Amino acid sequence: MDKGFLHEEQKSFDLSPVTLNDEVVTINAADMDYRTLNSLLKSYSNSVKRIVVYNVHGQRYIGAGLRSNVEINVHGTPGNDLAAFMDGPTIYVHGNAQDGVGNTMNGGKVVIYGRAGDVVGYAMRGGKIFIRDDVGYRAGVHMKGYGDKRPIIVIGGTAQDFLGEYMAGGVLVVLGLTLKNGENHKAKFVGTGMHGGIIYVRGQVAHVGKEVKIMELEEDDMALLRPIIEEFCNFFGFDANEILAGEFKKLVPVSTRPYGKLYV
Amino acid sequence: MKSEKMKSYLEPEFIIERDDEKCTRCKICIEQCTYGVHYYNSKNNIVRSRDENCVNCHRCVVFCPTKAITIRRNPTQYTENWHWTKEVITDIKKQAETGRAILTGMGCDKPYYTYWDKILLNASQVTNPSIDPLREPIEIRTYLGAKPDKLELEMKNNDIELKTKLTPQLCAETPILFAAISLGAVNFNVHLALARAAAECGTFMNCGEGGLDKRLYQYGDHIIVQVASGRFGVSPEYLNAGAAIEIKIGQGAKPGIGGHLPGEKVTQEIAQTRMIPVGTDALSPAPHHDIYSIEDLRQLIYALKEATDYTKPVAVKIAAVHNCAAIASGMVRAGADIIVLDGIRGATGAAPKVIRDNVGIPIELALASVDQRLRDEGIRNKASIIVSGGIRNSADIVKAIALGADAVYIGTAALVAIGCTLCQKCYTGKCPWGIATTDPRIAERLDPDVATKRLVNLLQAWSIEIKEMLGAMGINAIESLRGNREQLRGVGLTETELKILGIKMAGE
Repeated sequence: MDKGFLHEEQKSFDLSPVTLNDEVVTINAADMDYRTLNSLLKSYSNSVKRIVVYNVHGQRYIGAGLRSNVEINVHGTPGNDLAAFMDGPTIYVHGNAQDGVGNTMNGGKVVIYGRAGDVVGYAMRGGKIFIRDDVGYRAGVHMKGYGDKRPIIVIGGTAQDFLGEYMAGGVLVVLGLTLKNGENHKAKFVGTGMHGGIIYVRGQVAHVGKEVKIMELEEDDMALLRPIIEEFCNFFGFDANEILAGEFKKLVPVSTRPYGKLYV
Repeated sequence: MKSEKMKSYLEPEFIIERDDEKCTRCKICIEQCTYGVHYYNSKNNIVRSRDENCVNCHRCVVFCPTKAITIRRNPTQYTENWHWTKEVITDIKKQAETGRAILTGMGCDKPYYTYWDKILLNASQVTNPSIDPLREPIEIRTYLGAKPDKLELEMKNNDIELKTKLTPQLCAETPILFAAISLGAVNFNVHLALARAAAECGTFMNCGEGGLDKRLYQYGDHIIVQVASGRFGVSPEYLNAGAAIEIKIGQGAKPGIGGHLPGEKVTQEIAQTRMIPVGTDALSPAPHHDIYSIEDLRQLIYALKEATDYTKPVAVKIAAVHNCAAIASGMVRAGADIIVLDGIRGATGAAPKVIRDNVGIPIELALASVDQRLRDEGIRNKASIIVSGGIRNSADIVKAIALGADAVYIGTAALVAIGCTLCQKCYTGKCPWGIATTDPRIAERLDPDVATKRLVNLLQAWSIEIKEMLGAMGINAIESLRGNREQLRGVGLTETELKILGIKMAGE
């Protein structure tokens, strides 16, 4: 469910590369290199409320390093490092995303109406990433967190190996909504090297790293999880109660110091 | 397993000798030692020592008001054996008793060649005049960053002006920068002193991979911020706070393995900057998990350039390894404005001893081969080269520049300047000199004002010496020394070594 952005907006697109209309800028990214596109995004990010980019075909670094509260709608397939180092904006991707979504992201939101590639949210420090479908390898690797800063990644589908590797903080949720009845998550080495943060998985986990213990959810967990799932459902039109009724497991590190005893 | 009851066969590495006549029982040594070596026996009114705890840091020696303390290597020898040395025997015993890998600090201390000591400098005699640096200007300012392939000039207002648009450059008043030492490996006072000294000398300090305290943002024009695989402290604010960004791929002390800040040093303050739990080992694994190729490296370089609007040079640091020339070529092609090579003598706060002492190659050979490779490929101008890893004095620096470097990083030398005695125990977090510790009670021993002064003095002294050496060669600008291997001659080197270094034998 895409809130109908794509079709409704595409009608009004004209062929000029940039159209400024009230507080919305529309950019036609066809044949535009990433540097031009991103400098346009940067130059408008503090002056308008919303930027619509269409005909996106793999341009990298969309939203990289942006620090404002602008909303960016990306139509097409953004390239690697979408929202890298980003701090503030909300990006809606109407399509699939590639590798490195939210690389070292500090704040803001990324919502993907599709799937994402490898290393989603690498070393993410804050903000939220919502992905409707599946993700590739190493989602949430090195995710961090301290005090109020608690990054959140929700993956609607399933993930590949090394999910939450070296995780040091934050919340990583995998809902398994793309799995067929009776099908389990296939990711191996989930949470390898994990020493902080929490991973919630709906459905059965195939294989976890030796640094991880699997626990049942408690009331506190449900209190943490509910608003996160509700926000996810708001974007993608799922039923939060139905999702929450599923069987969840909680993955946490066995120790905050998994390798302390290896050295003298 | 009865391991708890196992008797240790290890002997104390050092012996403390206390001159009882000189000792006034003032107990300053007890206060100063963070390893609990000295203790007072009130019954006999005597200060004694637990030799087995001593790391030979010299804190007590320096602070004893009557100079009553001498520390010696334990003279007790195993039966002399060139192969099975005392160190080898001790390491085996230690591992047999613990089952653990041995951790150490600082740089490789093994007797591999220091090629700097086999390279001699030239001087002018009769046919070309030397220059007196005391009376004539000698330029040691260096610009670090990519240089254009050619310069286009244009006439404007009856004046010639540069038409070519230059990419961002770092302007260093002296070719000596402070190497990456992370907040966590050292404490805030050390970072403050390095930042202030860099600002005062018109050069740069690299803040390392542990983030940058907000109080240091005011020195940002003189700070290079580092991005490593753990991405500790990397926010958009941080990236924009410094004058340049350095991607750390590897470091000379531990090529191929990542950062390792032992949990002992991860205090509340460090945990907050790095955004990790208190007391955890801060792990920065060897690979960046988004970099598996030169193309991927290019992606991160340009992500950083995008995030900082192409206003800052981006450096990439690697450890000097066998194929570093080919890698360096790739780094330059990937868009690195500065490449940093860290040799086998490069230091660390913590590394497995076996890695530190056996992995990597000497910086002299790496530098010569990288510089030559980039020249051969016609891309030497596209990136500056900074070398590091055991640079000990101004002569090493002049030789490095003549061999092809644009500038050097000094880490160990800077720490020695502020008190470090190379005891190699940085990983314990108990550094009695208040340097490699994050314990606030020990860290306060390091007075940032005094440390700043000592660092400024060191750079000033070395800068004078660099000018002296340049003047003697008849060269009045460091630009003219870079890659000028004609000014170097080798002694006691094989033909292959001379060939790799690209220098002639003395007498040739």
